[in-house]
Amino acid sequence: MNDFELIAQGAEARVYKGIYLGKPTLIKERFEKKYRHADLDKRLTKDRIKAECRAIIRAKAAGIATPAIYLANLERRCIYMEYIENAVILKEFIDKKLSEETNDDRLLNFIAQGLGTIIAKLHLKNIIHGDLTTSNVLLKNIDDDHIKKYKNAANNFVIIDFGLARVESSVEDKAVDLYVLERSLLSAHSEIPLLFSKIFDIYQKHYANKNQCKEIVSKYKEVQLRGRKRLMIG
Amino acid sequence: MTIAIGFEGSANKLGVGIIRDQDVLSNVRHTYITPPGEGFLPRETAQHHRECILNVLQKALDEAKITLKDVDVICYTKGPGMGAPLTVTALIARTVAQIYNKPIVAVNHCIGHIEMGRLITGSVNPTVLYVSGGNTQVIAYSRQRYRIFGETIDIAVGNCLDRFARLLKLSNDPSPGYNIEQLAKKGTKLAPLPYVVKGMDVSFSGILSYIEEHLSGWLNSKEFTPEDLCFSLQETVFAMLIEITERAMAHVKSSEVLIVGGVGCNEKLQDMMKVMCEERNAVLHATDERFCIDNGVMIAVAGLLQYKTQGHTSWAETTCVQRYRTDDVHISWRE
Repeated sequence: MNDFELIAQGAEARVYKGIYLGKPTLIKERFEKKYRHADLDKRLTKDRIKAECRAIIRAKAAGIATPAIYLANLERRCIYMEYIENAVILKEFIDKKLSEETNDDRLLNFIAQGLGTIIAKLHLKNIIHGDLTTSNVLLKNIDDDHIKKYKNAANNFVIIDFGLARVESSVEDKAVDLYVLERSLLSAHSEIPLLFSKIFDIYQKHYANKNQCKEIVSKYKEVQLRGRKRLMIG
Repeated sequence: MTIAIGFEGSANKLGVGIIRDQDVLSNVRHTYITPPGEGFLPRETAQHHRECILNVLQKALDEAKITLKDVDVICYTKGPGMGAPLTVTALIARTVAQIYNKPIVAVNHCIGHIEMGRLITGSVNPTVLYVSGGNTQVIAYSRQRYRIFGETIDIAVGNCLDRFARLLKLSNDPSPGYNIEQLAKKGTKLAPLPYVVKGMDVSFSGILSYIEEHLSGWLNSKEFTPEDLCFSLQETVFAMLIEITERAMAHVKSSEVLIVGGVGCNEKLQDMMKVMCEERNAVLHATDERFCIDNGVMIAVAGLLQYKTQGHTSWAETTCVQRYRTDDVHISWRE
């Protein structure tokens, strides 16, 4: 890891960039969280590294763009993976576009098309991401032409950070996954309140198993009520 | 100078607090305590509030050395909370307002916690962890709303602790959470409890059923003592709370944390939060039980802010509601 340079520090991990076996590589190190009990921290870190690798491999097999895994080291708490070049984080992309006041329907449709298609694909393969936010999505090779031709939007999206991912076929987990996304969009992108409903529309269009799709939609409404209408005392 | 009086009674605490602008003149509270193994029910709690309110109010006035004639604005908790105790509090506030012909302001309980936390600690724009018997939320301010970034998707963390205390038949005096905290200090062995974080949301009900399922086995085989279980529960649920707080901080690039709500006076939680803050060069703001636990001052503080920017609440709207979300309130007093 000597030649690697620290490029970011998130809540859970440090991210380094460098060359590994001749390839541009990103190392994600889940450093020790001192506030957690050491045993609990070890257990969680191990589980999450495993979950991340498993989910990424499964997602790749399902044809979803994710970084390729090169190496996982549980002892050193890190994963070596492909560094995605020419990419921007979706959250920053949206914020930048909004500040340029290009908030038109095309941008909205582009993002909804991309995310809706991909999440449907993940869920059809029973992959629950567990932390769907615009911070965990990359856009690669993006220019304004792409946004106009939003039908193929999914090709530009790369999903990252599968640390909270699980393989789970239950309708409940899929509904909660969507609810997590809705909540994060509401808080991080309150300027575009329609985003989630658009994503959800596209999701339903692309969810090939129509019977299960209906179940997910009704479960989703149930999950939403659990949160919003919950009694709050004290 | 404006004198505001706040009435709080949304759960089992009945509180009256008086402030003069930003100074706390008095903060009196009486808690309805149930026997071990039992929670508080709406009807009995309301009865407690009715029985105690005159004494609590008189004490608050005496300590502040004022009479109700000196008060400029009456504030009370509109919600969220339990219906019956809320009704009692609203009734009292409305009666006092009528008798003394004072303006009245209806306050959101959660906003009360946040605004008082900001006032007492002097924090400017913190990421707020609001943890109590009925609420578990990670909140950050943006464009005139306190926006909820993460929250529990089932029961509140305080509710999880309270119900765990009932399983172990711990005393509810002064509070179940306090007794868990003391026992946990003697625990050493970490039980493998579920750890449930979904994005920035958390879930506690699974932990509770897991414990219910294994409790007698653990205790009979002496694999874990009640102290170990208190220790394990705190280690697990607090780590979950801190993880989502840190996620929210990373998300909004904030470097200030404020803990409010009844569970917020748990020193173990504060210590763990402090470690997290030190790791990322952030500042922790927390208060003690006088202000963390539900009280009247918080209602007076938020009510006064609201009164100064929006004026009083119209008489027809001085009702109470059991469900009232933090992000429903228009925060007119912040930029």
